[in-house]
Amino acid sequence: MNSGFGVFQEEHEAFRRTVKQVVDRELKPFVRAWEEAEEFPLALYRRFAELGFLGLKYPEAYGGTDAGYLYEAVLHEELAKCGSGGVAAGLAAQFTIGTGPIHLFGTDAQKRAFLAPAIAGQKIGAFGVTEPDAGSDVAGLRTTARREGDYYVVNGAKTYITNGVRCDYVILAVKTAPEKGHKGVSLLIVEKGTQGFTVAKKLKKLGWRASDTAELHFEDCRVPVTNLLGDENNGFFQIMGNFAWERLSLALGAVGAAEDILEQAMRFTRERQAFGQAVAKFQVVRHRLAEMATDLECARQLTYHALKLHAAGEYALAQTAMAKKVATEMCCRLADQALQLHGGAGYMQEFDIERHWRDARLGPIGGGTSEIMNEIIAKQLGL
Amino acid sequence: MKILVTAKRVEDPESKIKVKPDGSGIVPEGLKYKINPFDEIAVEEALRLSAAHTGDVVVVSIGTKDVHEQLRHALAMGATKAVWVNHTGALDQLAIARLLQKVVEKEKPDLVILGKQSIDDDQNQVGQYLAEFLGWSQATFASKVEALDSDAEKNKQPGLKLTADKKGLTVVREVDGGLSTLECSLPAVVTTDLRLNQPRYASLPGIMKAKSKPIEELTPAALAVDVAPKLTVTKLSSPPARKAGIKVADVPALVEKLKNEAKAF
Repeated sequence: MNSGFGVFQEEHEAFRRTVKQVVDRELKPFVRAWEEAEEFPLALYRRFAELGFLGLKYPEAYGGTDAGYLYEAVLHEELAKCGSGGVAAGLAAQFTIGTGPIHLFGTDAQKRAFLAPAIAGQKIGAFGVTEPDAGSDVAGLRTTARREGDYYVVNGAKTYITNGVRCDYVILAVKTAPEKGHKGVSLLIVEKGTQGFTVAKKLKKLGWRASDTAELHFEDCRVPVTNLLGDENNGFFQIMGNFAWERLSLALGAVGAAEDILEQAMRFTRERQAFGQAVAKFQVVRHRLAEMATDLECARQLTYHALKLHAAGEYALAQTAMAKKVATEMCCRLADQALQLHGGAGYMQEFDIERHWRDARLGPIGGGTSEIMNEIIAKQLGL
Repeated sequence: MKILVTAKRVEDPESKIKVKPDGSGIVPEGLKYKINPFDEIAVEEALRLSAAHTGDVVVVSIGTKDVHEQLRHALAMGATKAVWVNHTGALDQLAIARLLQKVVEKEKPDLVILGKQSIDDDQNQVGQYLAEFLGWSQATFASKVEALDSDAEKNKQPGLKLTADKKGLTVVREVDGGLSTLECSLPAVVTTDLRLNQPRYASLPGIMKAKSKPIEELTPAALAVDVAPKLTVTKLSSPPARKAGIKVADVPALVEKLKNEAKAF
């Protein structure tokens, strides 16, 4: 079955083969060990930089390749097939949320100081919005940044921050004008090592275990005003802008992971014998697999539609939210059905399905829950 | 120095390969294709040699327009130009070698490197035929002294080396139980074994550049080669399914089974 359908050209497919080779040779053989260790080597960032994977949509002036969103879309899909959502997420955060806002809103000096070394794999970036008491409700953030001369004094806490433990800087959503609600939010780049910035703890998770997820504390943390991204109090719109690609990348990752899940389910059921034949020969199993393939195809088409709009420069808020919701929920369903088709083997850690099942569950939560996606869609409908 | 390499399109061994019920071929549904891995090793080796001695690498493939994918892959790895021999239908090894001979006579390379065999029908004949038709020296199964994970490999040292006077080539070959080293004069035909190198990835800049590299189209008729098969495949069949294993109680029982049932000795 061919799946090219008009979004990707020959050169994107050529790039897909390269990424697949990298994933097969340099990630897959090691993900099991990295999952157990609950981290992957930092050297992987350097390696990905060397391969040019960290700067696909960034300008050449900062070390990127300026190749565009479609190449990065291919990278998201193929990376998800490494079998560890944590490895994929830890790496992807570097070229999405950890650098995107600097590319979109940063000054040349900020890009030289943070974006260029991040593309080179020398500095690791993180994005901090979620707090113990606020997440997608950006207006309800409590972390404050009070202006004092040439500094902002930051106080507050962030949680569920991907790459938070190992990052060199975090792009932090702070309240610079707490009384103004969502119009009082700004983005600040806070470097690791700034006094008052501490990693409170590394969090234990259901899935995505190889990624580092942290709780961060800020206590009278003095950040130079030159680290303000874009205009003061414009953070809400910056965050929303950055979410578009993050959500699309989560949808693409879900499509990629689901392809791997379906393939594993087909392989297992073709090999597994029961009642004298391969279980894939039973109509109930064949039809289940056919339904899974259809489910995947629906989500893929919606995701590619949103991708096309995004790559063409349209701000496709509703379509992106729909794709994120549909694709991540599809991936959960497929993982669950594939696990069922594996029977007892699916429940064992010897097979990759149980990890996919745990990892997929993050999809409808991270980057805005399915419920938040519904809110966005409803709003776009004028409700 | 100019090097000519081949890039045959073969079924990806990762896809599920099934023989048609009538044995006339394999089922095409769900198949993926890739460059013959031995040819990919040949491309890599040619690129390393040409980087060390400057020169062009020309990649050739024979088949329908689908082979452009494999040609573009070799171009993205770094080959300079591609030659496509446009042909639909099966070809036997003699015809392939004759076509390559004509392409070689046209392109005039100093060296031809090709996979020792293609992983689809595992014939291992084309390189040898080609050397014979051209009247060139040949070295088959080129391998390497250094291990693939050695520092020398990581620093991309060519496995094939030009002799001091640059008129010949030193080739390490894989033979039963070890390695043998040959010196042969140029021009030569070399076929590659699995352990010669680890092919590079096609980088994104390489993929972009490959888009604008030329693919020259030729046909068997234009090359004046009669490709009518002298060899036909009459039937394909799957290997017999393996029987389930058994457990034996102890070593004497194992020896007894090996001796009397498996006839191992």
